[in-house]
Amino acid sequence: MNFGFSEEQELLRATARKFLENECPSSTVRKLMDTPEGTTPEFWAKLAEQGWLGLIFPEAYGGVGLGVVDLVVLMEEMGRVVMPGPYLSTVLLGGLALLEAGSEAQKKQWLPKIAAGETRATLALTEPNARWDAQGVTATAAATGGGAFTLSGTKLFVPDAHVADLLVVAARTGPGAVGAAAGSEDGVSLFLVPRRAPGLEVTLLPTMDQTRKLCEVKLAGVRVPADALLGVAGQGWRPLRRVLERATVALCAEMCGGAQRVLEMTTEYAKIRIAFGKPIGAYQGVKHKAADMLVEVENAKSITYYTAWAVDENAPDATLAVSMAKACVSDAYRRVAGAGIQLHGGIGFTWEHDLHLYFKRAKSSEFTFGDATHHRERVAQLINL
Amino acid sequence: MELTPTPEQRSFRDEVRAWLRGNMPRQWTARLAASSDVPRAEAYDLLRDWQRRLHAAGFIGLTWPREYGGRGLTFMEEMILAEEMALAKAPPVLNILGIGMAGPTIIAYGTEEQKKRYLPKILSADEIWCQGYSEPNAGSDLASLQTRAVRDGREYVVDGQKVWTSLAHTSDWMMLLARTDPDAPRHKGITYFLLDMHLPGVTVKPLRQITGDAEFNEVFFDGVRVHDSQVLGGVNNGWAVGMTTLMYERLALGFGLQMRLRIALDGLIEMARRAEKAGHAVTKDPVLRQKIAQLWIDTECLKYTGARAITRLLKGEMPGPEASTGKMGWVETHQRLQELAMEIQGPYAQLVKGSDWAVEDGLWQHAFLRSRANSIEGGTTEIQKNIIGERVLGLPKG
Ligand SMILES: Cc1cc2nc3c(=O)[nH]c(=O)nc-3n(C[C@H](O)[C@H](O)[C@H](O)COP(=O)(O)OP(=O)(O)OC[C@H]3O[C@@H](n4cnc5c(N)ncnc54)[C@H](O)[C@@H]3O)c2cc1C
Repeated sequence: MNFGFSEEQELLRATARKFLENECPSSTVRKLMDTPEGTTPEFWAKLAEQGWLGLIFPEAYGGVGLGVVDLVVLMEEMGRVVMPGPYLSTVLLGGLALLEAGSEAQKKQWLPKIAAGETRATLALTEPNARWDAQGVTATAAATGGGAFTLSGTKLFVPDAHVADLLVVAARTGPGAVGAAAGSEDGVSLFLVPRRAPGLEVTLLPTMDQTRKLCEVKLAGVRVPADALLGVAGQGWRPLRRVLERATVALCAEMCGGAQRVLEMTTEYAKIRIAFGKPIGAYQGVKHKAADMLVEVENAKSITYYTAWAVDENAPDATLAVSMAKACVSDAYRRVAGAGIQLHGGIGFTWEHDLHLYFKRAKSSEFTFGDATHHRERVAQLINL
Repeated sequence: MELTPTPEQRSFRDEVRAWLRGNMPRQWTARLAASSDVPRAEAYDLLRDWQRRLHAAGFIGLTWPREYGGRGLTFMEEMILAEEMALAKAPPVLNILGIGMAGPTIIAYGTEEQKKRYLPKILSADEIWCQGYSEPNAGSDLASLQTRAVRDGREYVVDGQKVWTSLAHTSDWMMLLARTDPDAPRHKGITYFLLDMHLPGVTVKPLRQITGDAEFNEVFFDGVRVHDSQVLGGVNNGWAVGMTTLMYERLALGFGLQMRLRIALDGLIEMARRAEKAGHAVTKDPVLRQKIAQLWIDTECLKYTGARAITRLLKGEMPGPEASTGKMGWVETHQRLQELAMEIQGPYAQLVKGSDWAVEDGLWQHAFLRSRANSIEGGTTEIQKNIIGERVLGLPKG
């Protein structure tokens, strides 16, 4: 057993740390989060140059061919600086959906472009019902003959749809499709839709976490041709689940990176801030809270690393591990970020201090791909409670 | 990251599993196995016999050198063994303080004679050990201990008192910390002795615990004469030696704790399946489902945090931050588990052994009460947090 990272992975970590400290300090994060795009063409091009936009795509599609464990290393570093922009949406949602469900031709056409930074993609899955399961998909795709479909419905909480070139839209294929019983996993289909398609309207939503851009996507009779279908009609949920699992591990890693940074900021501050003639870290009310934060961070990392390995290896408990990880890390990051503000006192409550970037990212991440309550229920089901 | 077992590890696992299948003690009824903490007093003979048989089969002292009766294996095998014991709901090992603490410390500091003399009998359960650290005026602040050992020729004369000494009433030997130089700074004048509990002048008085059992004791020393060949690690060097013991305690007991936690969780789920709340199975109650799932998650997290710590050790690296968080995490999780067991039972939680209405013969009530000690024994949670804050996070001392 080796529960550690390889030399190559440590090198990736060091490279990413240096790159992000230089290219994405908090001054940059703040500038970017104030723009609707959340990134700049220059920054995006640099991510492509590093190979990170295609990190987990096979080399045949212009990627680097690395695994989820490698991805975890990179995501931890991105979370550490609260990197804004459409990385998660483009690479782990849109990109992975193409990889999992797309035909050879679709993959060949789009993945190299995503890896090169020329195309951005996202996944339009969730709706106003705010569910992360198949039952949540109520948007419809009506067959209009010759394999063409018309998409209707409203998608909500769609990350970065406003800057995506392509949206992978989950919708129910109408009567006639295989096993399209309303609400079941069968009958969910995936479509590749250009953002500029007529009838598709994207509205950027104001979000608490300004580093994560969310959109409403209205589909008012969007007509798509036969080759827009990703994979088999009615069979989209299976590949989608694999996409969500990997995206969830990646998000957990990003959250671990953020939580680790909050812990560091807090212990550094506790050593220098003096109250009643002593550094505040000498007081047990502070010290013990910091120790609790460490326990949370370490456990969050342990389950995330295990899950990354389990997903890479298709281990029998991979699905269970993903839910354990998301439940654990959602709570951990929220609590650690909250404690970070508390232990900083007034300065921690200012806009100027970076802590709120982490606190807000913890909150948005908590509700992305299902919160702790959702995943604990999943765990309960998977252990046959 | 490579978590797939090697062929050797797989065959070791098979060996353990096969042996356990054929050798689980029959008297170890479902009743005794249902929870994490067994009233040991009920089971000393059984547990001694169980350790003997484990030892004969080669499953005690896996990481100890072969020349002293160990198997020369790694912590990896120790982890596999603990996992399999948990799956089989196997009884705990009786001489846990000997195996987990005294033995490793003797391996680290002992002379060749001492190793030959003490180690094999620890493994075979022929000599049971207890830990004589705490005193009435020295618990968390251990360095203020006052039990004296005064040199007289080739012997030391010990006077004083220990308290909360688990298993002292059934022990043959004690890891004793006593002050040999009262004039030296607190940490400098302490010596670590291997003390024969059968010597004249040693008196053991059991203390009744909140469970009603008497597992820990007061131990009085009245002119007890200890030979100087029973000093471990040098005179006035006892603090360093004693701290080594505590390091091993956290590490080695960790596997056992993990195993008991897993058994308790499986037992809790089984109990929850049978229990009803407001007319439906407890396992269908949305709130209780959340709590059970959370325990499952926390138990797994602790396992993987332990695995990360072992990876570092196997690579010969220094223990990282993950090594020190284990005990605290375990304590918090186990106490929450026992609280939940009570919550699941509802009003039945009030009934203890002796009533036909008691759930599973009141075993959970015992385990619940016993779990309160977890955050006190082996260093309180507050002290653990001080240590983590100061040594791992580098925060200033208070
Ligand atoms: C079931 C059981 C079995 C035991 N078995 C053994 C054994 O076999 N051998 C042995 O030697 N000992 C044993 N002990 C003793 C145990 O190690 C001590 O009880 C423990 O170290 C605490 O010491 P104390 O009881 O003197 O409490 P105190 O040290 O007086 O502590 C009282 C309270 O004050 C807190 N406190 C103390 N100092 C600080 C500080 N600096 N910062 C913050 N809070 C502080 C403690 O956390 C605790 O909450 C056992 C205890 C129990 C409950």
